[in-house]
Amino acid sequence: MALRRLQDRPRILEIAYVATLAALRLFRNRLNPEGVVQKVFVPGERVTKGLIFDCKMCGDCVLHNTGMTCPMTCPKNLRNGPCGGVRLNGNCEIVPDMQCVWVAAWERSQKMPRFGSGIHEVLAPTDRRLENTSSWINDISPDVTKRPIGWAE
Amino acid sequence: MKSGSRLERVLRSGHFAVTAELLSPDSADPPAVLDHARVIGDSCDAINATDASGATTHMSNVAVAALLRRAGYDAVVQLACRDRNRIAMQGDLLGIAALDVRNVLCLTGDGVATGDHPEAKPVFDMDSITLLRTARILRDKVQFLSGRPLTSPPRLFLGGASNPFVPPFDFRPLRLKKKIEAGADFIQTQYCFDVPRLRKFMERVVDMGLHERAFILVGVGPLRSARVAYWMRENIPGVVVPDSVIRRLLGAGKRSRTEGKRICIELIQQIEEIPGISGVHVMAYRQEHLVPEILDEAGLLPRPNPVTFKGSPAPSVDIVDSRQC
Repeated sequence: MALRRLQDRPRILEIAYVATLAALRLFRNRLNPEGVVQKVFVPGERVTKGLIFDCKMCGDCVLHNTGMTCPMTCPKNLRNGPCGGVRLNGNCEIVPDMQCVWVAAWERSQKMPRFGSGIHEVLAPTDRRLENTSSWINDISPDVTKRPIGWAE
Repeated sequence: MKSGSRLERVLRSGHFAVTAELLSPDSADPPAVLDHARVIGDSCDAINATDASGATTHMSNVAVAALLRRAGYDAVVQLACRDRNRIAMQGDLLGIAALDVRNVLCLTGDGVATGDHPEAKPVFDMDSITLLRTARILRDKVQFLSGRPLTSPPRLFLGGASNPFVPPFDFRPLRLKKKIEAGADFIQTQYCFDVPRLRKFMERVVDMGLHERAFILVGVGPLRSARVAYWMRENIPGVVVPDSVIRRLLGAGKRSRTEGKRICIELIQQIEEIPGISGVHVMAYRQEHLVPEILDEAGLLPRPNPVTFKGSPAPSVDIVDSRQC
């Protein structure tokens, strides 16, 4: 799929990410997680990010931390790096014909000047209640707390 | 001292430590655990109780570890994210400490497809790194992930796994750093059959000073024959056996078992020489009887006595060690 190849241009995606966030911030006050906007954003996000990243709609998007590679496409949903089962050819232990999500994520993160180092950050376990909601809205809405209360150190 | 476990005391007193893995039985009989433990118990500082390794059902990790403790052995309980969510795992972390098991190895776990119940639902609510951080929050912040306070924290020595032998190679030392930042006090690696690769990995680890923030134990084990080595390479995720090792076993013909043991001893001796390594972790499935011989010939026996070794008297858990991270 042609759009998937965009993932190999992480620098462009990085710019797109910053631009999207800036544009959304303009409408910050109208983007209520409970509101009608959610109904528009969910399908919008599903289609666009689905085509480019095979997005699984976790509602807590961390693409900029993971080399613009969706960690939820890893069969173990690993958000903090590769497991120890990666094959010598760089493919997944569970799906032998698929490249390990984290092999791709690591390579791409090296081409990202702005957010590349985000791959070293320890990410919290996801809030499963956010599944199938819009991460765009969740990202900028002050009402959504994504980290468990006890997580902060 | 974070837990006061025998393993922690051996490591913090500067000894080259030895842990060994026990295959959890397909049985509800305590002797099924203890008979195996007796074979390896005196040759190591702690015994690992696996958590349905290879996603194959066996006696539970916590039960095996508790039986080992009851018999006087130190135990490392392996805890995998594959079968439990954060509610169950935090309960387990408290229960483990309550049963006087003080070492926990936090793992993501193999996929269910490799095991005996490929139709099961894989959980993976957390991953090894979030589990490590969660365990540290319980121990050091004395609260659950939810923020709810504990009346007494679990005194645990926290471990993580590392596999330096598979891609992405450049990322492996950095992932180790991430595990240490998440809370790992010690690391046990996958089987090592490739010393040059381990040396390269350890150079980066030492450059970053990670060996001073966590104790690194390298996985080793005897290969029974070239056929077994080949089977492991093809079927166990993450196990890398170089062709040179398989050729050596083939060359030994009928004496391949002795040759496998010889290779294991040589590996231990080479690993011991690599800067930054604090011990070995022996995995010898169905060859447990070889463990004492291997460790003896590698010069690692007898194990230090936990009561009398350097650094005694046995420190209380309140003593803060200079190597605490």
